[in-house]
Amino acid sequence: MNNSKKSMLKHPLAFAITAAGLALSLSAGVQAAENGKFRIGIVTFLSGPAAGPFGEPSANAAKVLVEGLNKGQLPAPYDKLGINGAEIEVVIIDEAGGAAKQVEEFRNLVQRQKVDAVVGYISSGDCLAIAPVAEELGAMTVFYDCGTSQLFKEDKTPQYVFRTSLDAAVDNIGAARYLAKVRPDAQKVAGIQQNYAWGQDSWNDFTHSMEQLMPKAKVVESQMPKVFQGQYGAEISAISVKRPDIIHSSFWGGDMEALVLQANARGLLEDATAVLTCGESAIDRYKDQAPNGMIIGGRGPFGAFAPDNELNRWFKDKYVAAYKTAPTYPASKMAQAILGLKHAAENAKVESGKIPAPLEIAKAFKGATFESVSGTVQMARAEGHQAMQGIAYGEYNYDPASKKGSVQNVIAFAGECVTPPDGTTALEWIKAGFPGAQCN
Amino acid sequence: MRLSKTELILLGVAVLLAAGGFIAPQWLVFLLTMALAKAMVVQGVVMQMRAGLVTFGQGLFFCVGGYAVGMSGHFLDITDLAVLLLIGVGAAVLLAMLLGLLMTRYREIFFAMLSLAFSMILYGVLVKSSALGSTDGFNVKAWTLFGWTPASGQAPLALFVIIVACSALLAVLLHRYSRSSAGMMCEAIRENEVRVEYLGQSPRWVLYMNYVAAAAVSALGGGFMALSAGHIDPEMAYWITSGEFVFIALLGGTAHVAAPFIAAILFAVVRTYAIELVPHSWQMILGFTLLAIIVFLPKGLWSLFTGQARRAKA
Amino acid sequence: MMSLFAVLIDGTIYASWLFLVAAGLTVIYGVMRILNMAHGSFYAIGAYTAASLVGWYFNNGIGPVWAGYLLMLGCALVAGLIVGLIIERGLLRFMYGRDEVLMVIITYALLLVLEDTMKMIWGVNPYFAYQPYAEMGRSALAGLKVSNYDLMLVGVSAVLGLGLWLWLERTHQGKVLRAVIHDREVAMAMGVNVRRMFTLVFVLGTMLGTLAGALTAPAISVVPGMGVEIIVLAFAVVVIGGMGSIEGAAVGALLVGLSRAAAVHYAPEFELFVIYGVMALVLAVRPQGLFGRVLARKI
Repeated sequence: MNNSKKSMLKHPLAFAITAAGLALSLSAGVQAAENGKFRIGIVTFLSGPAAGPFGEPSANAAKVLVEGLNKGQLPAPYDKLGINGAEIEVVIIDEAGGAAKQVEEFRNLVQRQKVDAVVGYISSGDCLAIAPVAEELGAMTVFYDCGTSQLFKEDKTPQYVFRTSLDAAVDNIGAARYLAKVRPDAQKVAGIQQNYAWGQDSWNDFTHSMEQLMPKAKVVESQMPKVFQGQYGAEISAISVKRPDIIHSSFWGGDMEALVLQANARGLLEDATAVLTCGESAIDRYKDQAPNGMIIGGRGPFGAFAPDNELNRWFKDKYVAAYKTAPTYPASKMAQAILGLKHAAENAKVESGKIPAPLEIAKAFKGATFESVSGTVQMARAEGHQAMQGIAYGEYNYDPASKKGSVQNVIAFAGECVTPPDGTTALEWIKAGFPGAQCN
Repeated sequence: MRLSKTELILLGVAVLLAAGGFIAPQWLVFLLTMALAKAMVVQGVVMQMRAGLVTFGQGLFFCVGGYAVGMSGHFLDITDLAVLLLIGVGAAVLLAMLLGLLMTRYREIFFAMLSLAFSMILYGVLVKSSALGSTDGFNVKAWTLFGWTPASGQAPLALFVIIVACSALLAVLLHRYSRSSAGMMCEAIRENEVRVEYLGQSPRWVLYMNYVAAAAVSALGGGFMALSAGHIDPEMAYWITSGEFVFIALLGGTAHVAAPFIAAILFAVVRTYAIELVPHSWQMILGFTLLAIIVFLPKGLWSLFTGQARRAKA
Repeated sequence: MMSLFAVLIDGTIYASWLFLVAAGLTVIYGVMRILNMAHGSFYAIGAYTAASLVGWYFNNGIGPVWAGYLLMLGCALVAGLIVGLIIERGLLRFMYGRDEVLMVIITYALLLVLEDTMKMIWGVNPYFAYQPYAEMGRSALAGLKVSNYDLMLVGVSAVLGLGLWLWLERTHQGKVLRAVIHDREVAMAMGVNVRRMFTLVFVLGTMLGTLAGALTAPAISVVPGMGVEIIVLAFAVVVIGGMGSIEGAAVGALLVGLSRAAAVHYAPEFELFVIYGVMALVLAVRPQGLFGRVLARKI
C-alpha cells in the first residue's frame, strides 16, 4: 500500500507535464506558414452516408475549380489567376462528427491553419453552431449547402457569414408551385421524410404551401422513418393503402435511392407521382428503376437544372474530364460558393496579388451580384448575406438507348416568386399566402 | 482540510495549466477546454468502471447537463455560469435517482445495453422536439459570472481558467472518493459482489450512490461543453458519443484520477491532427491507436508510469 | 383489416431481415462471449462485395440471371471467410481470456479500422445493384403489392434459422459447442479443443454477417456508414431474445419487427422509440432477455 502510494506521487506530475509540454510544443511547431497564398478551408462530409452523394462531388468540384483558377483557365470574368492574383491553397476537413466537433475544427482552421476563408457545411446544425463563432473570430465564412431557415434568424446582424445556397423553404414552395401547374387536380397527398430537422421542416413548409396553392388536396399519410434506415417496406405499405396521388419526399442520398427502388418495385410509383426535392443528385444512377414522370428538384438552378452558359460549360467539361460523371447539384453549389468568394475578394479594392482582409471581402460580398455556374446570383436577402435565386423542377426521363437519365418539362420559378422577403420567416410568409411574390 | 501530496501536485499542475492558457494560442485553449469537459464525462464512466459496470449510455447525462444549461439560458434567461451548471447537475441527479432504481439491478452487458437504451430514448425525444431545433439543436447564449460579463473574445480563455479550476477541484474530490470506504467498496463489488454481501454491505446501495454521483460529474461536463461550444444537439445522447467516452476511459485506464484528463487531452490532440493530416482515414488512425494501447498497455496509458506495462494482464 | 394484414406482412419481412443481421452476432456472443461491435462492418463488407460484383455482372450482361444470385451469395460467403479468418487468426486469438468489456473495445477499434478500409477499397460513392431485387418482380397479396425478393428473404431467413438450430441441437459438433457455451472450463477439461471451436464460430458469425449484407444490398443503395447504423438494432434484437440464443434472436426479431410495423401503420410518430421501448420493457421484466439463462452466482 505504502509502496504503491509512493509510486503514485511521482507520476501525475510527470504525466501532466509531458502532456502539457507535448501540446504546447505541437502548437509552436505546426503554425501554418504565411506564404502569400490564399488559403481556403473546405469543410464537407468525407465519411458517413452523406460523403457519397454530397461530400465527394463537392470536394471534387473544389479541386477542379481551384486547379482551373490557379492556372487562370476560367472564362471571364473569372480569368484572373487564383484569387486576386494570389495562388489558392485548399485545406480539406471532414464534416462528420457533430456540431461541437465542427466548432473545434473551425477554430483550428482559422487560428492554427490561418485560412483566409472557410467554405463549407452541409449540415444545418453545423451551420447554426459555426455562425456565431465565425462572427466572434471575424473569419470570412461561406456556407455552400445547408438550408436551415433559422440561420439568419439566429445570426441577426451578420458580418462575416454568407450563404450562397438557398433556404430549404424555397425547395418546398417551389415543389408546391410546380405541382399546382402540372397536377392541379391532385386530391390526396402523402409524405415520407427522414425523422430529423431537415425532414420535419421540409414537410412543414410543403404542407403549408400546399394549403395555400392547392387547397383541395388533402394530406392522407405522413411517414417519418429514422434517417439512414434503408428499409422502407412498412412505410411503403402504409402509404400504398391510402392510395395517394402525390408522394412528397425530402429524402436524400442512399435513403432516397433505396426508397425509389423499393417503392418502384412494389408499384407505388406507378399509382402515384413522387416529388423528390433532392432527386437530382441521383439522376445518373436511377436508370430504369425510377418511373418516367417522377418529379425531381436540384435545390436551385444546379446540376441538371443549371443554365447553359459559358462558365457552366467550362465547369462541366473539366469536371467530366476529371471524374467521368457530370457534376450534380452539390458540385455546382460548391463551385458557386468559391466563385462568390473570388468575386468579393477581387472587388475588395486591394492591389493585385494581395490578399484582402476578411472585413474587406465581407464588405464587397454584401449585396453583391455575381456570375456563377447557375447563372446570375444576387446576395439579396438577409441584408445582402443570403443568396436569392430561382428554383426549377422537372420530370425524370430515362432513355433506354443511351442509358442516360434527363429532366423534361422543366419549369423554373424566379427568386422573387419563391423566396420570403427579409423581416419575415418562411413559414409566416407561406401562411400569409406569399405576399409580394412576383411569379412569371 | 489537509491535502495529500498527490492532491497538491494535482492542484499545482492545474495552476500551471491555467497560467499556460495565457500564452498558448487560442485554438489550443479551446481544444483543451473541450477535452477537459469531455474528461469530466469520462470520469463518470471510470467511476462506474471501477465498480465493474460499463455504461454505453453516459451520453444521457452529458446531454441532460448540456440541454439543461442551454434551455435555462433560452427559456429562463439565466446567464450566470455557476447557476446554469448547478441546474444541469441538479437535473441529471434527479434523473439518475429515478433511473438508478432500475439500473442497479443489472450487471455486465445488460447494464451496458439498458443504459444505451435510455440514452437513445432521450435522443429520440429530442429529435422529435421541433421547439428545441430537433437534430439541428440550438445555440447557447453567452454566459456571465456573478455579474461579470467577459468582453468579446475573452470568453474562451475565461472559461478555460474556470474549467481548469473545476477539474482540479473535481480531481481532488474524486481522488478522495476512490480512497474512501465507499470507493473501495466499489472495487470490492467489481471483484466479487457476493462476498461484499457476506460482509453485510448492500452492493445495490453503493452502486446506486455511485451511479448518481457519476451522473452529476458527467452532467457538469455536458454543461461545460454546451457553454464552450456554444451549441447543443441531440448527438450528445447518441450511442456513438457514449462509445467515445468509453474509448477515452480505456485509453487512460482506471488506475488514477488524473488518467481520464490526460487521455481526453491526448485523444483530442491525436484526433485533430489525424483529421488535418489524413482527412479521409482519421478513423483508422484512431482505431489502430486504440488497438496498440490494448495490446501493449492493457491497463491504459497510466501503466506507462507505474511500470506495469509488461506484467499486467487484465 | 387491410392495414392489420399489412402490419403482419411488413412485420414478418422486417423481422426476417433483423434475424439475418442478428444471427451472427448472437452466435459469436453465445460461444465466445464477445459482443462484436464490428458485426455491422461485416454486414457492410458483405453488402459492398455483393453490390460491386453483382452490379458488374449484370451491367455487362456476363451470364444468366440465376447465376447472378449464386454469385451474390458466393462472394459474400467468401468475403466473410477471408475477413473472419484474418481477424480471428491475426488479432482476436491473442486476446482470449481478456475482460469481456475489453473485447468490446477491441471490436470497436476494429470497426473504426474496417470503416476506413472499406472506404479505401470501394470509395464513398453509393453502389446500386438492384437487378436481383427488380428481376423477381412482385405479387399481390390480398391487394397489397409485395416484392417477391422480400418474400424470398423470409424463406431464406427461416431456413437459415432452422439450420442453425438443428446444427446446434442435433449434431455432434453442435453438442460440443453447447458444452462450450455452458461451461468453457469443464468443456476444455473434457478434451474439447475450445480454440478451434472459437475459430470455427467466429468465421461462421462473420459469414452470417456478410451474408445478411449481401442479401440486403440489392434492395438498398450501399453507402459508407451503413454498418454503423445497424449495430444497435442488432444488439437490441439479441438482448431482447437473450444473448447467445438462436431461438431468442428469432423471437426478438419478430417482436421488434411486428411492433415496428404496427407503429408505422398506426402511430408513425412513435416509430423511433419502438425498438428501445421494447428492449427496456423486456429487460425490466426479464433482465436476462426472453431466452437468456439465469447464471448461478459464483463466490
